[in-house]
Amino acid sequence: MPVITYREAVRHALAEELERDPNVVVMGEEVAQFNGAYKVTEGLLARFGPQRIVDTPISEAGFIGVGIGASMLGIRPVMELMFWSFYSVAFDQILNNAANVRYMSGGQIHCPIVIRGPANGGTNVGATHSHTPENVLANHPGVKVVVPSSPADAKGLLKSAIRDNDPVFFLENTMLYGEKGEVPAGEHVVPLGLADVKRAGTDLTIVTYGRSVLHSLAAAEVLEREHKISTEVLDLRTIRPLDFDSVLKSVAKTHRVLIVEEQKPFASVGSQLAYMIQREAFDELDGPIHRLATVDAPAIYSPPVEVEQLPNPRRVLQAALETLA
Amino acid sequence: MSKKPTAKETTPTAATDHAQAPVNARLTPEERIELFRKMVRIRRFEERSLRAYQAKKIGGFLHLYIGQEAVAVGCCSLMGPHDHVITAYRDHGHAIAVGMETKPLMAELYGKATGCSKGKGGSMHYFDPSRNFWGGHGIVGGQIPLGAGLAYALKYKGLKGAAMAFMGDGAVNQGAVHEAYNLASLWNLPVVFVIENNGYSMGTSQARSSAGELAQRAAGYDMQWGQCSGHDVYEVRAMMDKFLTLARETGKPSTVEIDTYRYRGHSVADPDNTYRSKQEIEEYRRTRDPIQLFQDKLLAEGALTPALAEQIDTEARAEADVAADFSEASPFPTPADIQTDVYWEADNPADRRSQGRLFFT
Repeated sequence: MPVITYREAVRHALAEELERDPNVVVMGEEVAQFNGAYKVTEGLLARFGPQRIVDTPISEAGFIGVGIGASMLGIRPVMELMFWSFYSVAFDQILNNAANVRYMSGGQIHCPIVIRGPANGGTNVGATHSHTPENVLANHPGVKVVVPSSPADAKGLLKSAIRDNDPVFFLENTMLYGEKGEVPAGEHVVPLGLADVKRAGTDLTIVTYGRSVLHSLAAAEVLEREHKISTEVLDLRTIRPLDFDSVLKSVAKTHRVLIVEEQKPFASVGSQLAYMIQREAFDELDGPIHRLATVDAPAIYSPPVEVEQLPNPRRVLQAALETLA
Repeated sequence: MSKKPTAKETTPTAATDHAQAPVNARLTPEERIELFRKMVRIRRFEERSLRAYQAKKIGGFLHLYIGQEAVAVGCCSLMGPHDHVITAYRDHGHAIAVGMETKPLMAELYGKATGCSKGKGGSMHYFDPSRNFWGGHGIVGGQIPLGAGLAYALKYKGLKGAAMAFMGDGAVNQGAVHEAYNLASLWNLPVVFVIENNGYSMGTSQARSSAGELAQRAAGYDMQWGQCSGHDVYEVRAMMDKFLTLARETGKPSTVEIDTYRYRGHSVADPDNTYRSKQEIEEYRRTRDPIQLFQDKLLAEGALTPALAEQIDTEARAEADVAADFSEASPFPTPADIQTDVYWEADNPADRRSQGRLFFT
C-alpha cells in the first residue's frame, strides 16, 4: 500500500472527488495560484482549472456565505479556511446559516458544504491562530464535525464528507500534514461516525482524537514497556455523529477511562464524553473518569512552554498513571 | 429625528411616467390587476396577522411590511425561471409576491405543523425553494453573502438568471454585506442587491446610522447602482428590469436602493413613539401609499373599476380570514417533531451513510 503524507492524503481525496463530481468546487484563500498556504491543494489548479479551484480574497464571512448559498442550489463547495481559527469572523454564516437553514425551512433545504482547514496549537502562533473549535461547532445540531488523525483517515473521511448532504466541518492539523502513513490508492471511504481502535489493550481506555491520538499512542508504548499496563487507544475520528458504542465497548473491556483532547477543558468534547460514559456505563467503571486537556489559558506563544500547555506524550503518561492510581 | 429624505425625494423632477417603460407598457390589464391584487393580499394578510398577534395567537416577533408592498411585488413580478430571491426577516411580502399561499404562511406564524416551515421557522424564516425563494433570514445582512452564492451557482451552472438579495437600510453597515459586494463584483456574479430603504434601522434613522449615501457605496466596488421610489410599483419594475437584465445578460451585479416606508414599528413589539412622529406616518399614508397610488393609476388607465377594486379588497380580507381559520384549526407540531429536519441523513435513513449518534441528551 502506498505510504503518503497526511497533506497528500487530503489532496488525493479532493482530486478524486473533483474528478468524480462536476459540482465539487474547491474555494479559499491561496488555494489556487499559491498552491495552498500549507500546500494541501498543490497542483489542483493546473489539473482542474480556475472554475473548480477558486482563490478568494481574505473575506471569510463573504466567501463562506457564498459557498453556503451556492450549496443550496446544488453546488458542493469544499471551502478551505487557512486556519479554523478564522471561523470567528464567519461565525454567523457557519453556525446560523449553514447549521440552521435546513431546520428553519422545515427540511426543504439542505446544505452540502464542507469547510476544512487546520485547527491546532503547537506552532507558536499565539492565541488568535490556535483555536480548536470542535466543541463549539459540535454544539450546533445540524452539523457534522470530523477530526482525522492519520493520513488514511484524512483521505477516507474527507471523501465521505464531500459526499455528505449535511454541512461537514473537517478539522485538520498543521502538525500532522507531514506525517506519513499507508493510504489505499483510489476509492477509500471511511464513513463518518465510526471510531477506530488504534491500539488494543485491556487495562485502560484512552478516548481521544486528532493529534492527541499520536501522543496517546506514544504514551501507551511507555505504559506497556515500563509499567506493564495494556492501553487501548480509541480514536473517535468523528465528533458528531459520535460512535459512542465503540466507547462503551472499550470501557466494558478496561473499566478505566482517560479522555485526551487538545481542547480547553470548560465544556469541551471531553466534558460531553465524561457525562455520557458515567450515565451509560457507570457500573463498568472501576474509578473516576480522568481527562487531559490543554492547560486552561489562551494559547501561549513561548515555544518550549506551549508544548507543556498542550497534551504531549509525557503529560498523557502522567495522566494515565493518575487514572489508574 | 425624522426620516432622511433621499436624493430622489429632495429633487423632484418632472414626473416620469414609468407606466410607459417597456416592461410596464407591455403588461396586460389582467397582469396589472394581478400586481394590484398581490399588494392588497399582502396588506390584508399582515393586518390579519397583527390581529392574531394582538390576540396572542402568534409568538416572538412580527415584522410587518405594510407600506412597502410595491417593492416586493414589483421586483418579484419580474422573475423568470432562473431568478432567485433571498431576504431578511421582514419577509411576508416577498413570500406572497413569489407566489406562496397564505394558509401555510399564516399557519407558520401560529407555530402550526401546517406552516410553510412546519412551525419551525416562524415569521422571520419563510422559505419556498420550489418558488426560488430562499428565506427569510434573521440576522441583519447575514443573507446577503448567500444571495451572492445563489448567483455563483447560476453562473457555475451556466444558467441565465439572476439573484435578488434584499436587505433593509440598516444592513448596509454590516461587514457581510460589503464582503458580498466585493465578491460579486470581483467575480461578476449575477446578483442585484436591493436595499429597501424605509428610513429606519429599527429605531435609528438613516441620518443617525449611516455615513454618506447608501446605494452609492456600490460605486466603491465598481458596481452599477440605481435609486428609485418604492411607492410606485411601475417605477420599481422599470428600475429593476434594467438591473436584472444587466445581471442576466452580462453577469454583472448591481445595487438598487428603493425608497419606501413602513407604517408599523420595526416589529410589533416596537412602541414606535420614540424616533418618529405620528404626523410623519400619516403623511406617508396619505400621500404615498403604494396601494392607493397604484389603485388610482389603474382606475385612471381604465384597467380597474371601483367595483373590482372593492371586490379584490373583499376577497383579500376573506383570504386572510380563511388563512387564520386554517391556522387556528391546524395542529401544533409535536415534541417528536423537534428533532426532525435537523439532518438530511436523519430524515433520509435509507440513504444514510454515516454511523453513530447524531443527537444527544
